[in-house]
Amino acid sequence: MAVLARAAADALRPHCARLPPHTRLRGPEIGLVMLRGRMGGDGAPFNLTEATATRCTVDMAGRMGHATVLGRDMEKAELAAMLDAALQDPALRPALLAAVIAPLAAEQAERRARDARRAEATRVQFFTMATMR
Amino acid sequence: MTPGFAEPVLGAQSSFRAMLHALSHPGRIVALPDVPQAPAPLGPAMAALALALCDADTPLWHDGGAAVADWLRFHTGAPLAPAHAARFLAATSAPPALAGLALGSDEAPQDGATLLLQVSALEAAAGWSLSGPGIETTTALRVSGAPLGFVAERAALGALFPRGLDIMLCAGRHIVGLPRTTIIREER
Repeated sequence: MAVLARAAADALRPHCARLPPHTRLRGPEIGLVMLRGRMGGDGAPFNLTEATATRCTVDMAGRMGHATVLGRDMEKAELAAMLDAALQDPALRPALLAAVIAPLAAEQAERRARDARRAEATRVQFFTMATMR
Repeated sequence: MTPGFAEPVLGAQSSFRAMLHALSHPGRIVALPDVPQAPAPLGPAMAALALALCDADTPLWHDGGAAVADWLRFHTGAPLAPAHAARFLAATSAPPALAGLALGSDEAPQDGATLLLQVSALEAAAGWSLSGPGIETTTALRVSGAPLGFVAERAALGALFPRGLDIMLCAGRHIVGLPRTTIIREER
């Protein structure tokens, strides 16, 4: 699900063309989610900001697929929900995992690693006299 | 699982408007313009009212079984509650004892529950004779499939006014409003 939520609609669309027909149960509809943060990663939680999110639930041959994605791309939410429903079908799951999820996950991991490398190269080590002693 | 309203906002608003109309004219049969397709035994009118009225802040009681519970919780987000704690009650057959439901208090009579009661048919014909606020003289209403002793049980709550129970009768895609001020006389 996380892989589908991070993927672009363009990457999902070709895979959805051959899926069984589906009906929309709810949405796609746009709303707000509250993002919470913790100071320093482990402090008291606080409300950081609200972000727009789009959710969709579809029914595909009796299986319910859900998707909640960041942003306002309603088509992407529906495509992700369709794939979520199809992935619950044992007959479709192995093919979809190989054709859709694995390449997207690899691409997302690659992008994350590349961004991390670029950030690491410009990292600044802060220190004070107290920590040097 | 079936979808809710085709247009969630317009569907809920038009159902709410129809319910206001029905409560302003007790005993008048009002057709709902847009109804969802709900799992049995939940009828179209009752399903439409439930979607229009319930949300995460309104405890809901129903007697429809597992499929109805799933449908109501998915589409409304309302928590399911025992009858005495519920703000709205969706009764597809005989409802729980009316005196045991939330009737509000003398300071806050608006806290009384609203009962959606499904009956088999509603007709503007001789059967019940309704009078009270919103009715100039009397209104005739024939209700098929009302629970046994329902009129007497409801009349017994009259002494508690302003506490009480507002009731919506649902049949097919038609509704009738029975606010707590309406007096029902059975003509047999």
